[in-house]
Amino acid sequence: MRSVIMGNHALSYGAKLSRAQVIAAYPITPQTEVVELLSQLCANGDMKAKFIKVESEHSAMAASMGASATGARAFTATSSQGLALMHEVLHWAAGARLPIVMGNINRAFGPPWSIWTEQNDSIAQRDTGWLQIYASSNQEVLDSIIQSYKVAEKISLPIMVILDAFVLSHTYEVVDIPEQSIVDKYLPPLEMEYKLDWKNPHAFGGLTKPDWYYELRYQIEEAQEQAKKLIVDTGKEFKEMFGREYGLVEEYKMDDAEIVLISSSTIASTLHVVIDELREQGKKVGLLRIRVFRPFPSEELRKILKGRKKVAVIDRNISFGHEGAFFTETKAALFNEKDHPPIFGFIAGLGGRDVTPDVLKDIFNIVETTEWPEKDIYWIGVKL
Amino acid sequence: MADEKEIKWTGVKDMPPMAVSLGSMRVNKTGNWRNLRPVIDYEKCIYCFICWKFCPEPSIDIEAAQISERVDKKPVINLNYCKGCGICAEECPVKCIEMVKEEI
Amino acid sequence: MIEIRFHGRGGQGTVVASKALAEAIALEDRYVQTFPEYGVERRGAPVMAYTRIDNKPIYIRSKVYTPNYVIVMDPTLIGAVDVAVGLKSGGSIIINTEKRPEDYKNFIDKGYKVYTIDATSIAIKHRLGSKASPIVNTAMLGAVAAYTGLVGLNAVVEGVRKLSPVKKDENVMAAKEAYKIAEEVKNG
Repeated sequence: MRSVIMGNHALSYGAKLSRAQVIAAYPITPQTEVVELLSQLCANGDMKAKFIKVESEHSAMAASMGASATGARAFTATSSQGLALMHEVLHWAAGARLPIVMGNINRAFGPPWSIWTEQNDSIAQRDTGWLQIYASSNQEVLDSIIQSYKVAEKISLPIMVILDAFVLSHTYEVVDIPEQSIVDKYLPPLEMEYKLDWKNPHAFGGLTKPDWYYELRYQIEEAQEQAKKLIVDTGKEFKEMFGREYGLVEEYKMDDAEIVLISSSTIASTLHVVIDELREQGKKVGLLRIRVFRPFPSEELRKILKGRKKVAVIDRNISFGHEGAFFTETKAALFNEKDHPPIFGFIAGLGGRDVTPDVLKDIFNIVETTEWPEKDIYWIGVKL
Repeated sequence: MADEKEIKWTGVKDMPPMAVSLGSMRVNKTGNWRNLRPVIDYEKCIYCFICWKFCPEPSIDIEAAQISERVDKKPVINLNYCKGCGICAEECPVKCIEMVKEEI
Repeated sequence: MIEIRFHGRGGQGTVVASKALAEAIALEDRYVQTFPEYGVERRGAPVMAYTRIDNKPIYIRSKVYTPNYVIVMDPTLIGAVDVAVGLKSGGSIIINTEKRPEDYKNFIDKGYKVYTIDATSIAIKHRLGSKASPIVNTAMLGAVAAYTGLVGLNAVVEGVRKLSPVKKDENVMAAKEAYKIAEEVKNG
């Protein structure tokens, strides 16, 4: 059904269609509407789920973990400071191999208080073992939730579906909300081999000595590796049933592109328009959107970027004292390649600063007219 | 507990993906931690079950037994799990529990 | 692609108007994107919302800086806010006011088309909101549909019906009445 919905409600409908059984969440701007709609759907019986009101985001994740450990499908959503408060338990959810799916609305950290978009909140959680999917439209937000349960439950790892504050979360656009019966065919009920079960009691997460802890960590890495193929395969399966396909990355006008602009989320969405305009001017430029940040699609990047003249990465995040995270990872993926192209790093749009087509054209101009990066990192649009 | 089974593995290929106990406490017996064993003198026992109440593990079971007209059960130490802490012996109001050395 | 900017005051239903328009556009199987300018919203404070309409998927995600249309829900905003900023040359301003377009000479001199509608009176007539703060959004939408031709009346009626939390019939009647008045003005 074609509906005009906001990004936040795309998360809620994604959870509803996935038949999430337990929702534990704490409201925070700009995530509030996700929880509002879900609590309403639970209260009026449209969703057969238990809605747990909690006293903090730490508790929201803890309750989600408890639910997931019993084999229930758990969903939560948060943003910024809320995600930071979850940090400790995020490690636990991944280590306990619980297939929780969470929505995170990218919002800048305070101080100073900001409610607008920036990726530092989710980027700060990149080492927790969670998979990270950065969506660039409301449709992709909804679809990614459904796909995430399928992937998470196969590899026993939690997944974060991430969207920009306001630019997606509060933007209304046309979204095709799929039929429940088709989603049910795509996503069967969750069956967990290891779970809290009084008929087969086990203790979980107990003290593990160095003789086996190392192997458990190796297994998480294996599962992340496995996820790469799984995301692509389940994405194709999704296309057969729903007509829309998403993979680890999205390529746009890349066939003969000499200059490649890399970004994520809504900046990558706006880049489509910029690429079209530059192509009309005869520029051989293409877009590579990194959709999945964990696991990082290093192999795909090496393949796609081979033989290109120049690469630029635009980050809406900053690892202070260094550079943007997507830039760091892109460089690392190509480092051992012989004759890899120069890679330019740009910071833009922190704290919700609007990244307009003009800003992106400025970035292209720098890349086009510069032989080799003259700076470690370029900050775009700073009022000097 | 029909479907209860002990989990065994050799390496990453066959181990569970998370830290999980080797089986429940029914499989995982912990009585071998003990070097002193409580022995109840049922002649002196007044069947107050204070030992049962105080056992921290809890490794004192209550079993059916027709002791007298009024008493139809008795405390029995579960040696599969008793760790020999001696709290039962300490708390027993008539001192009918003796801690004896666990040696052959 | 058509870009629209709504100007209103917090509590007047500006954002809901933009959503109802989006619903109407979606009903006509076109692509639409609408989003409010987010800050710290307070009743009475100036607020804005943006809408984009196209026949193909909309990828641009930045704010609207050069709209084709500006919709002013409250005439007292004119002067307090530069409602015409960035408006494309030859663009249109639709104002909720008792005044006539000729009264907005400064806009006309800049080459903009000015349309007016007394949405406040229509809202009060249909008992939408209170006399002190009438909810003018649905009447404005009816006028916008007629003046701009961006969307048909049937779709607007559906959008209004869906988005009105209360008094659905009254809101629909207000939209229809404003549409009719605007049609007549437009056709001279």
